Amino acid sequence: MDKQLKDFLNQKCIRIRYLTMDEIGELGVGHAGGSMSMVEALAVLYYKHMNIDPNNPKMEGRDRFVLSKAHAGPALYAALADKGYFPLELLKTLNKPGTSLPSHADMVRTPGVDMTAGSLGQGLSCAVGIALGSKLSGDGAWVHAMIGDGETNEGQIWEAAMYAAHKKLDNMICFTDYNKMQLDGGTEEVSGLEPLADKWKAFGWNVYSVDGHDVEAIDDAVTDAKSKKGRPSMIILNTLKGKGVSFLEAKWMNNHNVNISPEERSIALEELKRGCEQCTRR
Amino acid sequence: MYEAIEMRKVMADWIEAKMEEDEKVVIIDADLARANGTLGIRDKFPERALDVGVAECNMASIGAGLASYGYKPFIFSFCPFVTRRICDQVTISIVYAKQNVKIVGTDPGIAAAFNGGTHMTQEDIGVMRSIPGMVIYEPVDGAQLAQALPQIFSYDGPVYIRLFRKVPAKTYFEREDYQFELFKADVMREGTDVTLFASGIEVKEAIEAAELLTLEGIQAEVINVHTIKPVDRETVVRSVKKTGCAVSCENHNIIGGLGSAIAEVLVQECPVPMEYIGTRDHFSEVGKTDYLVKKYKMDAISIKEAAITCMAKKEG
Repeated sequence: MDKQLKDFLNQKCIRIRYLTMDEIGELGVGHAGGSMSMVEALAVLYYKHMNIDPNNPKMEGRDRFVLSKAHAGPALYAALADKGYFPLELLKTLNKPGTSLPSHADMVRTPGVDMTAGSLGQGLSCAVGIALGSKLSGDGAWVHAMIGDGETNEGQIWEAAMYAAHKKLDNMICFTDYNKMQLDGGTEEVSGLEPLADKWKAFGWNVYSVDGHDVEAIDDAVTDAKSKKGRPSMIILNTLKGKGVSFLEAKWMNNHNVNISPEERSIALEELKRGCEQCTRR
Repeated sequence: MYEAIEMRKVMADWIEAKMEEDEKVVIIDADLARANGTLGIRDKFPERALDVGVAECNMASIGAGLASYGYKPFIFSFCPFVTRRICDQVTISIVYAKQNVKIVGTDPGIAAAFNGGTHMTQEDIGVMRSIPGMVIYEPVDGAQLAQALPQIFSYDGPVYIRLFRKVPAKTYFEREDYQFELFKADVMREGTDVTLFASGIEVKEAIEAAELLTLEGIQAEVINVHTIKPVDRETVVRSVKKTGCAVSCENHNIIGGLGSAIAEVLVQECPVPMEYIGTRDHFSEVGKTDYLVKKYKMDAISIKEAAITCMAKKEG
């Protein structure tokens, strides 16, 4: 990856994080931890890989993104707003009366959201359906899905895993946001996932395990996945819950759904601004 | 001709013809294609007749994904496995996400017969009826089903088809003048003294009960409520205003099903004495359907007695 692209993507990460913290801060509470941990993957997909048109959100044959861990909606909305799917101002309505931005991603209400999810475990199966649809229509679209590590406890994830491999859905590139924390504790404490990569391999997937905060590593994995035939791909993103804001990172063990006071909002926005002044302009 | 044809065959033949005509139609089975009569379709349409294996949750959400891509999926399993087992996937992936997936369940209520209690549904209508916007249709015979399917297909939204899959005990709707209308209950027999509201296999029992009541000088009106949700309020109220009392007859728990749907309308629009025929808040034992119909007092004689009880309350 050339330096210019890398700088650009990293700046987009700061911008998505800035908008996300502003959005959650406006409401005062939200799923900050898991929104912040998947930002690099969003940046790589939305600013480099995906064939999409924000002016035509339902464009036929577009690439899709299913946020199966849909409680991280605030980060997706930040990326979509920055891409121009809807005005930045809308971000301030998150979860407020009459909003089109419910914190769990909702395709009926929000332009650019490709699938409704939120009840964990279902989005990956929906993505399998979408990938089958693309194969049937022969439009060559790429289908992406983001699942959570806690979500991986769900049996339906493995139903989807089995069937995607069975149907040789090599147009599917999925991500696990492996921040190692779920609501009730560490993923290894609650219902251990390890060896996670081996599990996906055993299910017939093409598997990568990368630093989920390294845009270049993610981009390399996505690019490689696109060259693989006959298998769906899983990119395990090793991430930190709350990444990018020091006080959130410090409580990575308990930042799933947190109150953000006006002071904390300012502290977070200031810190992100120091990382990239121009990224934080409205 | 329908008196000798299994309802699953009517369903499978129709969907196969539809797949021929419309390349967006897909079916998904969950390892019950052999039971549901859809197995042969994959020979003709190997890419659009999917089988996810014994994974009903996956089936529902995959259906939603395909629908979001412009396909028109029909998903199939036994009634319990497309309702109570996957209530959340149906609710969120399909209905909440506004995805046009048709849901076909077979062997409703006690019709699961030798598969027994685990495969019987006393609750599927209750489960599906309380999902906002869900439509529920239960056919009486193949002739009605054949008319219903094109209308269900044209309806843009999820519909639960509660399908008795074998040959029905009797066929009523194979006549030239019959015009099926989704959402519109069928008055099968007119009467003035009591209304019998019936669905599915209970239609036969209700018609026979009406015949028994005639012998006692009682004129029962029989209405087939094939669309259980949304229930046809107009027809329900019009009939009961005339007869003054009602008996609901369903192959389901008397809590949460057709009886509850009728009672909800009557309490608001026209409160009258009412009796309920169906399973009475218990699970079902294994056994032949005709044995269970009698055992659980869902037969014509029990309906007749309920009608007389109901009429006595009206007069008292």
